[in-house]
Amino acid sequence: MTTHPHRNVIIIGSGPAGLTAAVYTARASLAPLVIEGEPSSTSDQPGGQLMLTTEVENFPGFPEGVQGPELMQRMRDQAARFGAEYLTEKATNIDFSSTPKRVWVRDDEYTADAVIVSTGARSLMLNLPDETRLIGHGVSTCATCDGFFFRGQEIVVVGGGDSAIEEASFLTKFATKVTIIHRRDKFRASKIMQERAFANPKIVVRWNSQVTRLIGDAKLTAVEVTDTVTGAVETLAVGGLFVAIGHRPNTDLFAGVLDMDETGYLVTQPGSSRTNIAGVFACGDVQDHTYRQAITAAGSGCMAAIDAERWLEATHAGK
Amino acid sequence: MAGNVVTLTVANFDETIRSATTPVLVDFWAEWCGPCKQIDPVIRDIAVEKAGALTIAKLNVDDEGDVAARFSVMSIPTMILFKNGSEVQRFVGARGKQALLNDLAPFLG
Repeated sequence: MTTHPHRNVIIIGSGPAGLTAAVYTARASLAPLVIEGEPSSTSDQPGGQLMLTTEVENFPGFPEGVQGPELMQRMRDQAARFGAEYLTEKATNIDFSSTPKRVWVRDDEYTADAVIVSTGARSLMLNLPDETRLIGHGVSTCATCDGFFFRGQEIVVVGGGDSAIEEASFLTKFATKVTIIHRRDKFRASKIMQERAFANPKIVVRWNSQVTRLIGDAKLTAVEVTDTVTGAVETLAVGGLFVAIGHRPNTDLFAGVLDMDETGYLVTQPGSSRTNIAGVFACGDVQDHTYRQAITAAGSGCMAAIDAERWLEATHAGK
Repeated sequence: MAGNVVTLTVANFDETIRSATTPVLVDFWAEWCGPCKQIDPVIRDIAVEKAGALTIAKLNVDDEGDVAARFSVMSIPTMILFKNGSEVQRFVGARGKQALLNDLAPFLG
């Protein structure tokens, strides 16, 4: 086991919330350590969900839009400029029961007075038989990575929120036809995204439908679609399946330690980033099932940094 | 050269994986793939650490689409491990260094 120098603040997670907290705590000379996560083809990676998106059009200050990965790289560089340090690993265990608070990456132990949790949320899969087996063989977790391989093919996108519509629109650059399969009779997505989808001649929507079976040996060849109203079952021949049906917070690490709601989101005290443990703060999608935007995550990261800074001042003043 | 990463093309692919004296891990990647960029430093580290036991090679699927199609690569990053010219394992999706080393361990002597 290796023990590393004690820190003022450890930030776990590096999406817009974690990196904004890093910018603020670094500028406050708190020299934060950001345990940023490790490479992955899912959104559970350094930089978070924006790493798998293309154009971000609604982040203030970028009138021409900005690529998601570029925005995250800029936030990372901005915090580094003021002294934030990064560890490209996933936190594997925590102990917040005593002072200092402890965070492990496998056998390496890191300690800090305050911890900011910004571990975000990960995409849900359909949880159908053969889904995991077919990842990389027609089932994709990353449209921006894999769209290229579906040139000239027909594919399906499952979901009805902004990410589903964005993926479907992006994938029409490659596919001849994109069918959006949505279990309701209307989208949750923002109006502008919906209008783009409806105006795109390559996009077809199947309302009140669910994918109920994946078909294919070496690779995906078809999906079985069930109408949720009539129960009618149909097989659609497709080469690719992209799933964007929502997210689950990454809070397994904090089970039994930090208060969560029934769906696993961390609970913070109203109007603050404070969790049930003094000196542990939460920000971003890990504690937000309402807004879930890059800008709201960044805003709550700023709150967590200020809350942490004030808490550290008060704690040290009392010693 | 120790820790070198070989760039593969259709011209040198077969010869490289057949004549290598170690297993060859081929990383199928592209410029526009974010997770591919994240694993690039990981595999370069491994190339140095495992020099002499493992050869690391990269194949750009944009430039060499025919080779990617020959191995039915439909998702990147995909890493395929070859021994004596034959595929012995494939790893689909990016992962951290320790996870990749653990995945490779059973195949390295």
